[in-house]
Amino acid sequence: MSVIAKAPKRPISTYLHLHPKTGLRALLALPLTWLIGVYIISLFLLLVTAFWFTDPYTSKVRPGFTLENFVSIFTVPAYFATSVRTLGIALAVTAVCAVFAVPLGIFMAKLARPWMRNLLAVAITLPLWAGYLVKLLAMRLTFTENGLFNWLVEPLGISGPGFGIPVIVLTLAYLWFPYMALPVFTAIRQLPHNLFDASADLGAKGWPTVLRIVLPLITPAIVAGSVFTFSLSLGDYLAARFVGGKTQMVGSIIASNINLNPPVAAAFSMVPIAFVIMYLMLARRTGSLERM
Amino acid sequence: MKVSPSAEEISADKTAGVSAISITGLNKSFDKVQAVVDLNLEISQGEFFSMLGPSGSGKTTVLRILAGFETASSGKVLLEGTDVTDLAPFDRDVNTVFQDYALFPHMSIQKNVEYGLKARKISKPKRAELASQAIDSVKLSHLADRLPHQLSGGQRQRIALARALVLRPKVLLLDEPLGALDKQLREEMQVELKRIQREAGITFIFVTHDQEEAMRMSDRIAVFNAGRIEQIGTPAEVYESPATEFVAGFLGVSNLLSGEDARQLLGSADLVNIRPERIKILPENSKPLAGEISVRATIVDIAYTGANTLYTLEGPNGLRLVATRLNQEMSGASQGLDWSDKVLATFRKEHVAKIPSK
Repeated sequence: MSVIAKAPKRPISTYLHLHPKTGLRALLALPLTWLIGVYIISLFLLLVTAFWFTDPYTSKVRPGFTLENFVSIFTVPAYFATSVRTLGIALAVTAVCAVFAVPLGIFMAKLARPWMRNLLAVAITLPLWAGYLVKLLAMRLTFTENGLFNWLVEPLGISGPGFGIPVIVLTLAYLWFPYMALPVFTAIRQLPHNLFDASADLGAKGWPTVLRIVLPLITPAIVAGSVFTFSLSLGDYLAARFVGGKTQMVGSIIASNINLNPPVAAAFSMVPIAFVIMYLMLARRTGSLERM
Repeated sequence: MKVSPSAEEISADKTAGVSAISITGLNKSFDKVQAVVDLNLEISQGEFFSMLGPSGSGKTTVLRILAGFETASSGKVLLEGTDVTDLAPFDRDVNTVFQDYALFPHMSIQKNVEYGLKARKISKPKRAELASQAIDSVKLSHLADRLPHQLSGGQRQRIALARALVLRPKVLLLDEPLGALDKQLREEMQVELKRIQREAGITFIFVTHDQEEAMRMSDRIAVFNAGRIEQIGTPAEVYESPATEFVAGFLGVSNLLSGEDARQLLGSADLVNIRPERIKILPENSKPLAGEISVRATIVDIAYTGANTLYTLEGPNGLRLVATRLNQEMSGASQGLDWSDKVLATFRKEHVAKIPSK
């Protein structure tokens, strides 16, 4: 006697089994609608807007074609300086994150006991669960004139940097650190332990081992992390607003022009995108993206 | 002007005749597990010394302590008379060949071999020259620019060897270096390793769980079990005169007899071992020669292994013996013997190895 007494009636499953292409379409319908409908079209509209202009008399946006908005990025000194400053801040944030992530990753992956490793992994990811503004406020309170930092260093006869570029860099590094620390930790964890043994065995001490073995092998992870820290920093404007003092970033210009002059805001939106594309192309040339 | 001999010259004189490695009272525990128990060991210069034992017997831990990757819980390790117990790996004149080679995956073969020379701050041209020589000595010059993953297992093994030997260590530690190779390559590499060891004149300490490999290659073998050394001796000594039941069982096929089995054959219940190749199988009605011990038995199993055939014999009172015969002149796998045949098993008294009771 057969185990399956009679053919089961599952008309939909049977139909999809016989028509795999229909199944594929059903599977991709939602994601594609979102990707094309929301994501790509809105970005495309943004790009188009960047070529429109604002009527100086009525302050109304008029469709048309002008390169004026893009030209202003290069010709208005304040605009150009802001773009360069933003690039510098994003690079600095990335560097700070990497400099902290590598030793921490080596400790977590190779030296810490399991409970300590888990504790640190939670400690690194915990800030991701807290709201963005909460973290910003925390940094603001720390570095404000009568804040914790100044109170701590006062006995040494120095005072903190005050709100400005250094605090922006620190704040953004604090915000995006998990994106660098996690891939770096994972990469170091995957390094066979006997590479460390072999390096020591052949006569290399700690620092040469990090320089010649660890760093080259985890470069893909650092690049992966840096894509996040770099691009997220480029697009940020709240850090500049709350802990930057008078410092402006590209995000600040976009934010202040969103209502006033949308085409200029749209043109400036292309600045971080251009930087990110250049960055990815550079990263690609190092060969790190292939090994990610 | 130099009148008195330099420190180096004195130490060179001093080290002549000193043990390459001298371990005294070594203990190592991980958390609550004691991996090495009160171990003492002397290894001579230029010796090919094997540490043999099952996994978890402590042999690899001893090797890692010699390399400096683990610190001893107590005890002393001397390298040519100098105390190295607390020295970091990079401060001791020993090098290691790792089980899975541990070649640096992002460096060419040439750079891998140069790595240790670079750490020792040897000039670039000198380093390139020495590395090329070392790669040449393992016959892989044509692969110097490749990356490790482009090499076969056997080739990687040779490079790992060249990378360690280029530094001319006092002692080379090898951690199951042939474990990942297939049988044929393994046997080739065994010969190769012995040749390199002879030519370099460096003390080799070789960790393996393969008793055949240890016997083939070593001047002396230390048999490890549960963190202790059960016996140290030449391959012939540990095979012919095992010091403990464990050694007798771990090396080769053994007939361990004690109690009633021993008493009915030998008149004493002491633990003894008879190697199967020492037992002759004769027709049932033959007469044993003078000095031979004999027992009537039935063949209960025949196993053909190519060079030998193994016969399992059952004697009176459940006595079981394994006897081997070389398939040299006999024809066919069964050598004229068959299951259930009644035979006479004989062996000489001097081939009964008494195992001292502890």
